[in-house]
Amino acid sequence: MFEHTALPSEIAEQAEAIAEHARREELDFYPTVFEMLTAEQMSQVAAYGGFPQRYPHWRFGMEYERLRKQQRYGLGRIYEMVINNDPCYTYLLNDNMSVDHKTVIAHVYAHCDFFKNNVWFSQTNRRMIDEMANHATRVRRYMERHGVERVETLIETFLALENLIDPHSVFMRRQAKPGPREESEETPGVSVTRYPAKRYMDRYINPPEDMSAERTSREEETEQAKVKFPSEPQRDVLLFLLRHAPLEDWEADVLSIIREEAYYFAPQGQTKILNEGWASYWHSTMMTNYILGADELIDYCEHHAGTLATSPGRLNPYKLGIELLRDIERRWNTGRYGLEYDACDDMEVRRNWGKDKAPNGRIVGRKSPGREKIFQVRALYNDVTFLDEFLTPEFVDEQDLYHYRQDPNTGRMVVVCRDFDKIKQQLLFMLTNHLQPYIYVVDGNYRNRGELYLCHRHNGADLDIKYAVATLKELFRVWKRPVHVNARIDNEPILFTFDGEQSSQQHIDDKIDEPAHLV
Amino acid sequence: MVLQINNDHQRFRKIVKGRIREDLRKFLTREELLGREGKKYISIPVRGIDLPHFRYGDNNDAGVGKGEGKPGDTVGEGGDQGPGGEQEGRHILEVEVSLEELAEILGEELELPRIQPRGKHRITAEKDRYTGIRQSGPESLRHFKRTFRRALRRQIMSGLYNPDSPRIIFERQDKIYRSWKTVLSPQSNAVIIYMMDVSGSMGDEQKELVRLEAFWIDAWLRKNYQGIESRYIVHDVRAGEVDRETFFRIREDGGTRISSAFRLARELIDKNYSPLDWNIYLFHFSDGDNSSESDSRECCTLLKENLLENLNMFGYCQVASAYGSGNFINVVHDQLSDAEAVITSRVNTKDDIYDSIKTFFSPGR
Repeated sequence: MFEHTALPSEIAEQAEAIAEHARREELDFYPTVFEMLTAEQMSQVAAYGGFPQRYPHWRFGMEYERLRKQQRYGLGRIYEMVINNDPCYTYLLNDNMSVDHKTVIAHVYAHCDFFKNNVWFSQTNRRMIDEMANHATRVRRYMERHGVERVETLIETFLALENLIDPHSVFMRRQAKPGPREESEETPGVSVTRYPAKRYMDRYINPPEDMSAERTSREEETEQAKVKFPSEPQRDVLLFLLRHAPLEDWEADVLSIIREEAYYFAPQGQTKILNEGWASYWHSTMMTNYILGADELIDYCEHHAGTLATSPGRLNPYKLGIELLRDIERRWNTGRYGLEYDACDDMEVRRNWGKDKAPNGRIVGRKSPGREKIFQVRALYNDVTFLDEFLTPEFVDEQDLYHYRQDPNTGRMVVVCRDFDKIKQQLLFMLTNHLQPYIYVVDGNYRNRGELYLCHRHNGADLDIKYAVATLKELFRVWKRPVHVNARIDNEPILFTFDGEQSSQQHIDDKIDEPAHLV
Repeated sequence: MVLQINNDHQRFRKIVKGRIREDLRKFLTREELLGREGKKYISIPVRGIDLPHFRYGDNNDAGVGKGEGKPGDTVGEGGDQGPGGEQEGRHILEVEVSLEELAEILGEELELPRIQPRGKHRITAEKDRYTGIRQSGPESLRHFKRTFRRALRRQIMSGLYNPDSPRIIFERQDKIYRSWKTVLSPQSNAVIIYMMDVSGSMGDEQKELVRLEAFWIDAWLRKNYQGIESRYIVHDVRAGEVDRETFFRIREDGGTRISSAFRLARELIDKNYSPLDWNIYLFHFSDGDNSSESDSRECCTLLKENLLENLNMFGYCQVASAYGSGNFINVVHDQLSDAEAVITSRVNTKDDIYDSIKTFFSPGR
């Protein structure tokens, strides 16, 4: 892609040596290709999310401008980028010191291991570089046929809806293969309760008039259920649009491209803390145990500390991840888990629990129980489940975590408390759905007029009204009939509508028709 | 290899320019721009370039932090970011544009023609350009790469080259030097002479208008000429030359005699700016309240007889003031109706600046 990206031979040798260490530690990764970039090139690659080829769109130009400015003014530096692909592609910054390269390489192997083994990544396309290039070609072809401007605007519209996916749906098969409809013997689709009875008693136990009444009401129900569209609330709004919106073939293809890429990137958002924590854990372990030379120690420490630095009010995912992983390792090495430990309320005993055991890292030839555990964590957890299961009051205390909130009077952020439950709740809230609101399609034929009705499932925070209205306008361009979103603002249910000409909002009361479902 | 990102980046810049163009009227009246005078780049907030999403609103301002602090203590700056929230909250995008780009947008939007410099490039400047190579020259100009290549080729051909210990030794015949050509490039210089009435009737509000107008005049002319000089003259009954700072700050009392400024301008031009070498622009800002009708007529005579033939343009911009008759503009119209180089405009509020600039520069002089 670039000239002069070949890896200097000494770094290639080091990479091989580090890979050897990583394999010995039982990290299991795809083959990894390293490329060396200048800071400028790094900004370019980063603007494309690490991919050499993306579909042409000005949004990448905007991102590039931001990154380039950041890099030029020294406000932020991208040390490394890894792409989840087989083989993994990694970009190194050419003006880094050799010790930085080693750290980054060690860090990257752990990322690759995570991509390969974490269950949330299991459904991602491992040939994404090719796929992205393929997307680029398709979009470019559409641009040639339909005009750059038109395609670009369409992409903009779809990008506004890009976060309306259901990251869990890749694990479900129920939508993909609708089974044959179950049919009963009597009237197709309708079954009536019939109690077992001898024939001469049947007329009394199952009176015919009751039977027919029930049948009618059942039939009505089925009829109603059939009218419901979609049959249940659907979180994958993009899929719904793909199937039901009036799009031309090429438009639908562009939408499928956007959707596919959104799903590809979703696990990275879901596992940021765990993934970065895991990579930091390993670069730290490998550097300090095997790789670091005496002359490199100071530089390594400085940069490692820089990566893990926290500033007040900001939580560093690297730091939180690595500390929690280490905590888990310690707890499982010393047996601080399970019924007996949880039931113990003598702080002194808890503090010294299992101190005599305390093996670390590897015990001759195999992993210690703590290691075993964190390998399991990296395979099965995402950020939410990771924190939900392993965050302990002791850890919160040790890490000096606190809960803060904006003071409505002064507008300043103030520390509220150091209460474990509050902190955990806040952390989980911030991570759930990666700070994206839950939006469902609840009616695709609202008021029987083909209008689209979305619903926001409120879980503590309101939608941004301005953004919601702007997004509705974009949605209208896809659906081409009036679109609504039901959202709770200041504890009042409000229906936002865009009918193609103007947007309106109204309080939801009995006068407003109900959609097919509510969430 | 040309990177794809360059295309995307250019598309983005184009969109940004389009947005600025749409909002140009608004930008023309932005006082913040004045703070950036003399800087090459200006950062401008551009609206609506953000992609909308369904997202959480501002009542979500809570989070988890790490470190010291008792309940009630203020968290450090930037406390509104949680993990994964790094991309949020960029509502308005600040984009950097160069002053030149901004002037270009101004030109496109106002449909201003390119200025035709007077006097057909009479001035030329000599410039050395290193474009060629030759066999002899000073060592400081040795072209290393070419020399190296020749030496390498010679050594390989003569079998002296040993790949295991690659040592290249230059000989005289290998050496190649850069050589230069002298090119003559036409140059057009321009001088802008700003004159302002600072009599008692010109208040701060009027000066602000002048300042904005002058900013855009400056921007447009700078785009059209390589070298620009600016001179500033203030006057009440007497005129004096001042520097830029003073020009926009000074506050005087007293009456107005506009002819004093015109005389000083004539002196300046005679002394420093030969009309053969310079494109000369004269701008006068006033509320038009001259002390006497006869002085106004004298101004016109001065212009007609001594100044106009040397000028590209005399621009008169009359700002509205609460006092004063504002009669000067009428006298100018009367006396100089047939002079092409004279252009007048009235600016009553900031919104008039847009049209005023257009009036001044539409003829493309």
